[in-house]
Amino acid sequence: MEKSETIIIEPGRLERNYWRDLWRYRELFWFLSWRDILVRYKQTVIGIAWSLLRPLLTMAVFTFIFGRLAKLPSNGLPYPLLVFAAMLPWQFFANSLSESSNSLIGNSNMISKIYFPRVVLPASSVIVSLVDFGISLVLFAALMLWYRFVPDWRIVLLPAFLLLAFLASFGFGLWLAALNVKYRDFRYIVPFIVQFGLYISPVGFSSSIVSGKWRVLYSLNPMVGVIDGFRFCIFGGHSSIYWPGFVLSVVLTGLIFMTGLIYFRRTEKTFADVI
Amino acid sequence: MNEGIIKAGNLGKKYRISHQRSGMRYVALRDVLTQRARNLFVRDRAPGPDQEDFWALKDVSFEVQPGDKVGVIGRNGAGKSTLLKLLSRITEPSAGRIEIRGRVASLLEVGTGFHPELTGRENIFLNGAILGMGRQEIKRKFDEIVAFSEVEKFLDTPVKRYSSGMYVRLAFAVAAHLEPEILLIDEVLAVGDAQFQKKCLGKMDEVSRGQGRTILFVSHNMAAVKALCGRAIWLENGMIRKCGEAGQTIEEYLEFFSGEKKVTDISRKKRESKCTLRAKITKITLTSGGSVNPEFLDSKGTAAVRLKVMASAPVRCSAQLIIADEFQPISLIDSGTMHGRMYNLPEGESEVECRIGPFNLYGGKYKLKCGLTVPGQEVIDFVEDAYEFSIREYDPYDSGYNLQKHFGFGLVNIPHQWQ
Repeated sequence: MEKSETIIIEPGRLERNYWRDLWRYRELFWFLSWRDILVRYKQTVIGIAWSLLRPLLTMAVFTFIFGRLAKLPSNGLPYPLLVFAAMLPWQFFANSLSESSNSLIGNSNMISKIYFPRVVLPASSVIVSLVDFGISLVLFAALMLWYRFVPDWRIVLLPAFLLLAFLASFGFGLWLAALNVKYRDFRYIVPFIVQFGLYISPVGFSSSIVSGKWRVLYSLNPMVGVIDGFRFCIFGGHSSIYWPGFVLSVVLTGLIFMTGLIYFRRTEKTFADVI
Repeated sequence: MNEGIIKAGNLGKKYRISHQRSGMRYVALRDVLTQRARNLFVRDRAPGPDQEDFWALKDVSFEVQPGDKVGVIGRNGAGKSTLLKLLSRITEPSAGRIEIRGRVASLLEVGTGFHPELTGRENIFLNGAILGMGRQEIKRKFDEIVAFSEVEKFLDTPVKRYSSGMYVRLAFAVAAHLEPEILLIDEVLAVGDAQFQKKCLGKMDEVSRGQGRTILFVSHNMAAVKALCGRAIWLENGMIRKCGEAGQTIEEYLEFFSGEKKVTDISRKKRESKCTLRAKITKITLTSGGSVNPEFLDSKGTAAVRLKVMASAPVRCSAQLIIADEFQPISLIDSGTMHGRMYNLPEGESEVECRIGPFNLYGGKYKLKCGLTVPGQEVIDFVEDAYEFSIREYDPYDSGYNLQKHFGFGLVNIPHQWQ
């Protein structure tokens, strides 16, 4: 048995032990992630098939519309590869966002009955999306084999950009999850954000077609930096990063993550009262 | 180890209740925005006249010694659950301070975090983790948990296919194998069959006695509190009304409610047209265990029912009482037809008395009907809802299991002996 220790409960006390508590509840975090993964691939017969089918179909449609009909440039790359490389972080972002914004409402009975650092819930739903990302990555590798495309050394930088994608999704996820508890009609906004985001992110095309002064404005979308980064790592010389815009994306992502965390922490002690 | 394992001082929890949206649990962003927009135009609006502070708990101080088993009783909304929520850190107190020495586990509701799609085995691990057990700890106790829950055969079946009894058994089994120093329990025993409830109480008793675990037990089931707890805290409107020895506190608690006086003048109650009303029952009085006209009756006790009759001329009749619930009569208590006892009532006021009991009725609401008849010929007076009473709990076997009629197993316990 764990050695007994004194817990003191006072107004405002929760704040001080926050990170220590978070560490203590790490096992719960893994169990919840494990549960969500298990459920996700158990519930539907086409669980895994679905996570393969969705990016493939989107890729096909985007290739047809942007590559064939609009004849947008692909910098000498096979258009499907160009699209899929952007689909990887985008799907991850979109999944994390919708899952984590619902994570608190979906587990409301746990929140109202048991104490744990609430941040565990949105975090574990991002982890589930990470598994989906892994599956898509395997699919992408197969696609590269098909096109006989070999990425150069820059591919080792990919984890850094994955981290950036993670911070962006988690930051937005924290905001939305907390707002969703307080304002229940936020769940109608999330699908809109995801859909809208797909159009204003360079998923179906290369961001190099956005020219000149517009490019800085375009980079206000944090996913622009992430997607550019992914293409840069995978395609190396075929794709370039617009550095001022990229720095802007990184700074914004960091800002969203920090404010998301602060807002979440400030509201989380009232979750059990309002949920 | 003379110091309290739980020390609470001046504990308070404040909620802000909004009168305007009292029917709605959630705030919609849409409403907030329209409200703000409206406030822009209407300047002299007082800031939030539709809101009010409500103290669910106020100035609650108590101390619990290691190994104590403390029952928390009180009416709905008295603050019992809020107290447990504060102790288990689900919400923060608005005032005061709690000091807890040791690991706390709460069973605010068994099966929290159970996922219907997962199998029993998976849910044991998940639920264990949610309740605060480590992976190693769960592995070590796994067999014990399974044996206790009696669902070995269905371990690899998703729990959505479980019966509600199996579900609860599994959930309780996990919870019962926690090893915290302090266990908080809220109405867990309201579910499950009698045998399993008995087993749970036994397990809790064993746990607290053998391992010196401290238990806080919130329940409406006085029999269970009495059986399990040594001390009791009685909450009333968010404050401690009494804190002391369990049996005594419960008695005072029950007495407090029976003190609420009933209207027993039934002279103006509606009668059916078939009543001739040569004599009229004007008042019904029930005495039981020293209290007059109690709301709650002891199912194992007896009661004396007195009918005050006003007759316009001398009348010879039989008196009858019927014990009924909201659906049907349960027992006819008639003086004339079966006992051959007829009363000769003089002109003016007189009284008829009948002693009833033990009732052996299951917990629930009942009523008494009363009447005067000339058997087979005439209904002189009959009052449908003369007296209403409740049986709070009925525990014929002293097992700590509370038989309620809404369980659907019956209404009355008939004395019996299995051979």
